[in-house]
Amino acid sequence: MGVNRRKFLKIAGISTLGAAAVPAADALAMNPIEWLDKQLGGFTPSEILLHMGHKPTGLKPREALTAKRWAMVVNVRQLDEEIAEACRETCHKIHNVPDIKNPKHEIKWIWAEHYEHALPGQHHEHIDDVLKEAPFLVMCNHCYDPACVRVCPTKATFKREHDGIVLMDMHRCIGCRFCMAACPFGARNFNWKDPRLFLKEEDQNPEFPTRMKGVVEKCNFCAERLAKGQIPACVEVAQELCKKKGREPALVFGDLEDPDSEVRQVLRRHHSLRRKPELGTNPNVYYIV
Amino acid sequence: MYDGGKIIAGIIIGLIFLTFPIWFTHGKAVKRPEVKLPEKEKQCVQSREYMKTNHMQLLDLWRDSVVRVAQRSYVAPNGTKYDMSLQNTCMSTECHAKKTEFCDRCHDYTGVVPYCWDCHIPPKEEPKEKPEEMH
Ligand code: SF4
Ligand code: SF4
Repeated sequence: MGVNRRKFLKIAGISTLGAAAVPAADALAMNPIEWLDKQLGGFTPSEILLHMGHKPTGLKPREALTAKRWAMVVNVRQLDEEIAEACRETCHKIHNVPDIKNPKHEIKWIWAEHYEHALPGQHHEHIDDVLKEAPFLVMCNHCYDPACVRVCPTKATFKREHDGIVLMDMHRCIGCRFCMAACPFGARNFNWKDPRLFLKEEDQNPEFPTRMKGVVEKCNFCAERLAKGQIPACVEVAQELCKKKGREPALVFGDLEDPDSEVRQVLRRHHSLRRKPELGTNPNVYYIV
Repeated sequence: MYDGGKIIAGIIIGLIFLTFPIWFTHGKAVKRPEVKLPEKEKQCVQSREYMKTNHMQLLDLWRDSVVRVAQRSYVAPNGTKYDMSLQNTCMSTECHAKKTEFCDRCHDYTGVVPYCWDCHIPPKEEPKEKPEEMH
């Protein structure tokens, strides 16, 4: 007789134990997908197999700013139209975001919203006059549990494990727009038109790519600036303007896991809110109202 | 042989068609493309031979390393560090400052159309070189 049921179960049990024994300690600490990601150095199994040993090369730049979990605090009462517009303009300029007037086709990485759209459900008709008019700067929240990442079929949208930034690999986006359906904040835009048609050559930042027709895009927390040791452009601009106007900084950026970071200090001093916390995406952008 | 004349005529016309590319160019091969190498910078990130055959694999590895794991500093075999960037390092003014005189020369010749430039911005060239002939 071949393998009977008893014997089969025995073998199956023993081999499961054996296979699990070595990396068990590591694997128990995280979920299987995270564990696999770590083993592969951020690449997918198919990438490593297809390219035969296609493992990341090079080093992290020494001057790069690093954190365990990047976060931003928006202090809405320190904001005004001028600062909000300066942030938007700077961000869109350095990232080659096209200026498309048609709201159906427009692309935006950062923009100003009204209270009721920024923090829906926490709005009522008697909120104070300042907040009624205040420009709530919104952008991608770089959620800790990002809905967009879970649905992306190509891993084009992914969370950078080492610092929590939710990034897009434009080389991989197939334009299915699942991520746009999943993101509860409307942080993403689809390129219905060739963005270069709306981006004059003299306005382009030659150091940053544009996008092409048919891909999705959003705020990248200035990953390319962090790599050079610079804070995000919107934060830099807002802080400069606030200083000039003699205000507290309207935007603050830092490591949420570091108890001494500027974001943690500000959050300790003020009451803060996050957008749609009930949806469980765990945003990393905080609002002080 | 039935229809012998027609068959032979057909074969001859067939042969004329098949050999068209040879006699039309008078038996000469199209000239090998010559790329223009940078004037100032003499040292690429890898040897010339390696780059000739493997630049696409290298760029592929660069993009994955930069985008997915934030490793942006490339360590060349001689120990020099480079920013892994097609736009800012390869195509910088010191190196391959003109796409039309470097990338395009071979890519046009071989009919390769990489999609790098759908997003990456090639260096500005003045005056713009007109496409010499239609391919
Ligand atoms: S705000 Fe939207 S796009 Fe940004 S990480 Fe969260 S779910 Fe994804
Ligand atoms: S549109 Fe692109 S980024 Fe969004 S889910 Fe599809 S492949 Fe992923």
